[in-house]
Amino acid sequence: MATETLTLGKALNTGLRRALENDPKVVIMGEDVGKLGGVFRITDGLQKDFGDQRVIDTPLAESGIIGTAVGLAIRGFRPVCEIQFDGFVYPAYDQIVSQVAKMHYRSQGKVRIPMVIRIPFGGGIGAVEHHSESPEAYFAHTAGLKVVSCANPQDAYTMIQQAVASDDPIVFLEPKRRYWEKDPVELDGPLSGAYPLHSSRVVRPGTDATVLAYGPMVRTCLDAATAAAEDGRELEVIDLRSLSPLDLTAAYESVKRTGRCVVVHEAPGNLGLGSEIAARITEECFYSLESPVLRVTGFDTPYPASRVEEEYLPDLDRVLDAVDRTFGW
Amino acid sequence: MAKGDPGVSSRGRRAAPRSKKGATGDPQLVQLLTPEGERIESATGPDGTEYRVDFTDEEYRGLYRDLVLVRKLDAEATALQRQGELGLWASLLGQEAAQVGSGRALRTQDMAFPTYREHGVLYCRGIDPIMPLGLFRGVDQGGWDPNEFKFNMYTIVIGAQTLHATGYAMGVHMDGKTGTEDGEAVIAYFGDGATSQGDVNEAFVWASVFNAPLVFFCQNNQYAISEPLERQTRVPLYQRAGGFGFPGVRVDGNDVLASYAVTRHALDNARLGQGPSLIEAYTYRMGAHTTSDDPTRYRIASEVEAWQAKDPIARMKAFLEKQQIADADFFAAVDEQARTESVHLRERVLAMPNPEPVTMFDHVYPNGSPELDEQRAQFTKYMESFEGSAH
Ligand SMILES: Cc1ncc(C[n+]2csc(CCOP(=O)(O)OP(=O)(O)O)c2C)c(N)n1
Repeated sequence: MATETLTLGKALNTGLRRALENDPKVVIMGEDVGKLGGVFRITDGLQKDFGDQRVIDTPLAESGIIGTAVGLAIRGFRPVCEIQFDGFVYPAYDQIVSQVAKMHYRSQGKVRIPMVIRIPFGGGIGAVEHHSESPEAYFAHTAGLKVVSCANPQDAYTMIQQAVASDDPIVFLEPKRRYWEKDPVELDGPLSGAYPLHSSRVVRPGTDATVLAYGPMVRTCLDAATAAAEDGRELEVIDLRSLSPLDLTAAYESVKRTGRCVVVHEAPGNLGLGSEIAARITEECFYSLESPVLRVTGFDTPYPASRVEEEYLPDLDRVLDAVDRTFGW
Repeated sequence: MAKGDPGVSSRGRRAAPRSKKGATGDPQLVQLLTPEGERIESATGPDGTEYRVDFTDEEYRGLYRDLVLVRKLDAEATALQRQGELGLWASLLGQEAAQVGSGRALRTQDMAFPTYREHGVLYCRGIDPIMPLGLFRGVDQGGWDPNEFKFNMYTIVIGAQTLHATGYAMGVHMDGKTGTEDGEAVIAYFGDGATSQGDVNEAFVWASVFNAPLVFFCQNNQYAISEPLERQTRVPLYQRAGGFGFPGVRVDGNDVLASYAVTRHALDNARLGQGPSLIEAYTYRMGAHTTSDDPTRYRIASEVEAWQAKDPIARMKAFLEKQQIADADFFAAVDEQARTESVHLRERVLAMPNPEPVTMFDHVYPNGSPELDEQRAQFTKYMESFEGSAH
């Protein structure tokens, strides 16, 4: 079987290429996705090989990108839309939450919108404002949408193909600060493989506390677990992968063993995914918990100027600090 | 369509020929200074308006000085980015005349709504040129006072500011500050790519039906990152105005005199209560979109060279020389001033400190919020726990 070492970005590119090859109805659309290959080069070379009817440079209009993709989907295509940066999805927000999310329901299942909305999200790359946002809660709150996030090259490769093949509209969040991180990727495994799109996954087993994360924070939490191990504490790290629906089966099982749980995300804490997760874990694992479920999140401020983003973003120290606190109860 | 019968559809209706180059075609420019530096006395716009300017020698020299200074400061910022002192820079190289021409046409009371590239207009508004560098360095999000300088913060989300400008202009109108020679006018800057956004089209609608005293100033620099103009429009942009019910004009955006003339005229109309208009400044972005862009992927060198021959500064210099408005000493002095100011800028940028992390909690709400006060206190305590450690 073919295994290649790829960056997360290249893994997405390869996955998209496979999706274009496998289904002639798949079209990629977005700003600068053609000749330029996207500002992060995720669609690099695809227009050259599949032509400008399959890889479409759109006018500079996000509402237009999503709205026309709805029409294309009704017509039988499978649009994969690229939003250039998280902070530019809002002009398309109305189309996504009012139209994309509801068509299937309103038509009593007669209309399908098999669309993928790819968004590079999160901070940590020293960008200017509007380029580092974590909008996942807005979408996860909307019924009819599915929201997923990959955290490593293998998942990037597999999940993007699973998302394109899915009949659901999917908001696909790409951890942009991890685009350049490399890992071996198994290219020929079955798509429906060991991990279906909407499942979470234990990425580091441990016995002392459970750490839940997704997207860019998975790496941070793995690093924290490595550091904790040096101090003799074994953290179990779970990559949630799917934010809506949330798959917490592995998390429940884990927390029942460890008795301690920390949820980590970059988005502000107030009404963030962590609140929902903490509530569900508390309901499900109440009698096993040794301490309250703690959250490590961005602060409830707009994303700050990049010279202080290191302090804004949860880092290894803040994760370990929260773990310490769960032991101090 | 029958072969050999172009333009006639099978149903016998005459279809307009759809040229692929429709949007870029004949430039139809208002021009007062040719690329060779020849002065044109007056130029007529599409609605018959006569454009002319009448500057003193001192004013001509002033415009030249502005162009050179603005280019030099921009080059310095690009260099600073290359040396890792700025996270990003959006250069105005090639667009100096559009910005200085329109910027100098503004009166003190007029309000401007920029994008992220309007460093030349910012300069004309009297704002310290270090101001936008804070945003691109990542130490703040734009540090000047928009009310004091009548120049709003930069806007990164494409097109959003055109609606703000429209609302502001409606407010000017409602405050009764139009209809006189010394009324107020508003200008909104945006790019060719922005014309595809819903917001910009909504701004056109609103400005039109509310007769807002507003000038839409589109710098058509031919590209939205990698996408050429044809990806945004099939008609020349200035002609869009007609469909919204206000006049549009295309000006040579590399000609500072014409840019000044059409903007001054449009602003005066606006302040007199005659409503909005659209100016398409036909120009070219000589550099990359931003410092993180690679333009060789989507445009060819010969195109860039062709535009080089239309350089806004070279033509102004040729004019000043031919007319003997300025001598070698003057040009040397301007270059020297530009050099000194850019060195000064560099020193100040290098000295720009990082903000204290705790300041990220400032100004979220004018009167604070208990939750945030609590977060700030916890954050401070947490940061103090590292003090003295090697963190
Ligand atoms: C709503 C939105 N979508 C996408 C972007 C990313 N982006 C930044 S600049 C740009 C191109 C803008 O082109 P244009 O309007 O022609 O202005 P120019 O940069 O050429 O001056 C794009 C796509 C953005 N800033 N905002």
